Amino acid sequence: MDKFTTLQGIAAPLPIVNIDTDMIIPKQFLKTIKRTGLGVSLFYEMRYDTEGKLIEDFVLNTKPYDNSKILVAGDNFGCGSSREHAPWSLKDFGIRCVISTSFADIFYNNCFQNGILPIVVNAEELDRLMSAAGSQLEFNIDLPNQSIQVGNHSINFDIEDHRKERLLQGLDDIGITLGYKEDISSYESNKKTQKPWLFGDL
Amino acid sequence: MSNQSPKTLFDKIWSDHLVRQRDDGTSLLYIDRHLVHEVTSPQAFEGLKIANRSVHRPDATIAVADHNVPTINRQNIEDPQSKIQVETLAQNTKEHGIQYFDLMDQRQGIVHIIGPEQGITQPGMTIVCGDSHTSTHGAFGALAFGIGTSEVEHVLATQTIVQNPAKNMRISVNGELPFGVNSKDLILYIIGQIGTAGGTGHVIEYAGSSVQSLSMEARMTICNMSIEAGARAGLISPDQITFDYIKGRPYAPKDSHWDQAVEYWSSLPSDNDAHYDHEIVINSSEIDPMVTWGTSPEDVIAVNGTVPSPDSAKSENKKKSIERSLDYMGLKPGTKMTDIKLDKIFIGSCTNGRIEDLRKVATIVKDKKIASHVQAMIVPGSGLVKKQAEEEGLDTILKDAGFEWREAGCSMCLGMNPDQLKPGERCASTSNRNFEGRQGRGGRTHLMSPELAAASAIKGNIADIRDFS
Repeated sequence: MDKFTTLQGIAAPLPIVNIDTDMIIPKQFLKTIKRTGLGVSLFYEMRYDTEGKLIEDFVLNTKPYDNSKILVAGDNFGCGSSREHAPWSLKDFGIRCVISTSFADIFYNNCFQNGILPIVVNAEELDRLMSAAGSQLEFNIDLPNQSIQVGNHSINFDIEDHRKERLLQGLDDIGITLGYKEDISSYESNKKTQKPWLFGDL
Repeated sequence: MSNQSPKTLFDKIWSDHLVRQRDDGTSLLYIDRHLVHEVTSPQAFEGLKIANRSVHRPDATIAVADHNVPTINRQNIEDPQSKIQVETLAQNTKEHGIQYFDLMDQRQGIVHIIGPEQGITQPGMTIVCGDSHTSTHGAFGALAFGIGTSEVEHVLATQTIVQNPAKNMRISVNGELPFGVNSKDLILYIIGQIGTAGGTGHVIEYAGSSVQSLSMEARMTICNMSIEAGARAGLISPDQITFDYIKGRPYAPKDSHWDQAVEYWSSLPSDNDAHYDHEIVINSSEIDPMVTWGTSPEDVIAVNGTVPSPDSAKSENKKKSIERSLDYMGLKPGTKMTDIKLDKIFIGSCTNGRIEDLRKVATIVKDKKIASHVQAMIVPGSGLVKKQAEEEGLDTILKDAGFEWREAGCSMCLGMNPDQLKPGERCASTSNRNFEGRQGRGGRTHLMSPELAAASAIKGNIADIRDFS
C-alpha cells in the first residue's frame, strides 16, 4: 500500500452534507474487475451532463481544483454502500486526503486500506477550512505531527495510533495478520470442540 | 471487562470471537461466515493471486451473483461487463472450492435473503460480506456487518478481520404497533429521529415489546437498514421465534448439534443492567406509516404529512440540504405526500423482498388493478421466495393486478442491471436508499413499506394504507 506522510496542495471545497458513495462513484462503474481507472468517473453525475460533457462549474472541473489532492466536504461523508470503488476513484483522481466533520464507518475504514487519510474536524473548523479551500489557499497536511496548516492557521487532528502507523509505513494488513497464524489455528481448534456446529461445510 | 460484569449481546459475541489483540492494539476477530457476491469480490481474489495466498476456509464461505443479474432473460447477460463480473465469480469460486449458487440454481437470490433462508445465518455468529446491508443478519443475534474489498481479501486469506470494539446503542420500541404500521415504518421512523449518522461508531440493538413481537422477516427489515442509521451492524436478541425459523433449514445445526447450539444461543441475550453508551426509548403509538420525501433516508415523514420547507431547517447547512433535495425530487414545500403522483413501483430488495412482503402486497392488490399510468414490478428476493409465492398463487394475483413478475436479484434497488428509472421518473420503492441517482440518473425515489407501495400502485399516487379500502 502507498505510504502517506505529508501532503501539500490546493483543497477542493464540496459543501454538501451526506455525500454518499453512490454520488462518489455511481453503480455503472462498479462492473469493473480492477481497482484502477475509476478517477475519470469520480462524482460522475455532478461532473458530467447526460451527454457525457463536463459540467463546467462543478468544482473538480475548474482550475486549479482539477488537480486537487485534498477534498473538504460536508458532514457524514461516504455514507451508504460499502463499495471500495469510492476510495479507489478518489485516489485514482489524485485525492489523498478528505476533511469533514464525520465519515461513515465503512468508508472511513476503506480509506486507510488505500493510503487515503480521512481527517475529522469540528464544524467551526470545517467552515474555516471550507472558505480557505474556496480562496485557493495552500493546505499542508502533516500526518506525523497530526496537523493541518493553512496560511498562519494550524489545526491538530486525532487519529488512532495503529491507523497512523499503517499509513506512515504503507503496511500490508494481511501480511501482519498472517503473522498470527498460530493464534488463529488454536482459536479454531478450541471452537471445533466448543461449537462443532460452526464447522459444517457450506 | 471481567466475566462477572453484565454484558450486552454485542459484548458476548465480540469476546467469543476475539482471537487476540495484535501488537498494534487492534483486535483480531474470527469470522464464522463469509458471504461473497460478484461486485465487491473480483479485486479481492485478484489480490490473493498476486500475493500467492489461498482461501483459508472455503467451507465457511458462500457465493452468489445478485447485483448485476438480469431479472428477465436469465440465460443471457447482455451487458458485457456484468457478464464478465458474473463469470469471474464463477471462476474464482471454482478455483478456490467455494460453494456457488449460479443463476440457474433455485437457491440463487440476494445474498442477504439466501443466508437466512438456507439456515447459514445463525445466532452468535460473526458474518461479513462486501455489502453494507450485511447488517440484515443481525436480526438473528449475529454480529454481521459490511466490509470493503480489501477486507474481503483479508477475510478470505485469514478468516479474521481487524477491528476495534463498537459502542453499544439500544433502541427500545414498546407497545403494539398501530394499524398500518410495520417494521419498515419503524426503522424509517428511527432513522428520521437519529439521522443517517446517528449510529456511527455503534452497533444498534433493537429491543422492546414491539420488536420482540415481530416475525424474523420483519426483524430483518429493521436490522437491514441499520446502515442507513449510520451503524455498521444491528442486533436483535435471539429467542424462540428465531430458533423456530432456523430449525430444519438446509445449513441449520442437526441432531445433538442443534440442542448444543440452542443452549448456547439462549445464553446470548444482553444481561440485565448491561451498559449501553446510548439509549433511546420509543413508544410505538408515536409511529405512523412513513415515506421519504428527499434524497437521504433521514428525509422521512408520516405519509399523511406534507413536504417540509427549507425555512423549517435548524441550520444553514440543513436548509441548503433540503433545498437541494427538493430541487432533485421536483417537489414544492407544503405539498401533501398523498398528492404526489407516481410513475413506477418497485417491490423487492434485501429490505423487503421476502415471502411475507409479497403476501402483504398480494392481499392489498387482490382483485384490483394498478393505476393505468404506473408500471409496477415485483422482484422476489430469491428463487425460493419466487417458488414459494407461485405455490401460494401469489404470482397470479399480482400479475392479474398488473404487476410484472421477475426473477430474483437486487434489481432496481441500485439499478446495476437494466432495471432503472429514467430521468425524472418517480418511484415508490420498498428498498433502502433514496440517494440521488441511486435507482437511475435523475430518478426520484420514495422509500416506503410494501403495504404502502401496494396501495400506491393501485391509487397511482403515494397512498396512506389507513385510508385504503
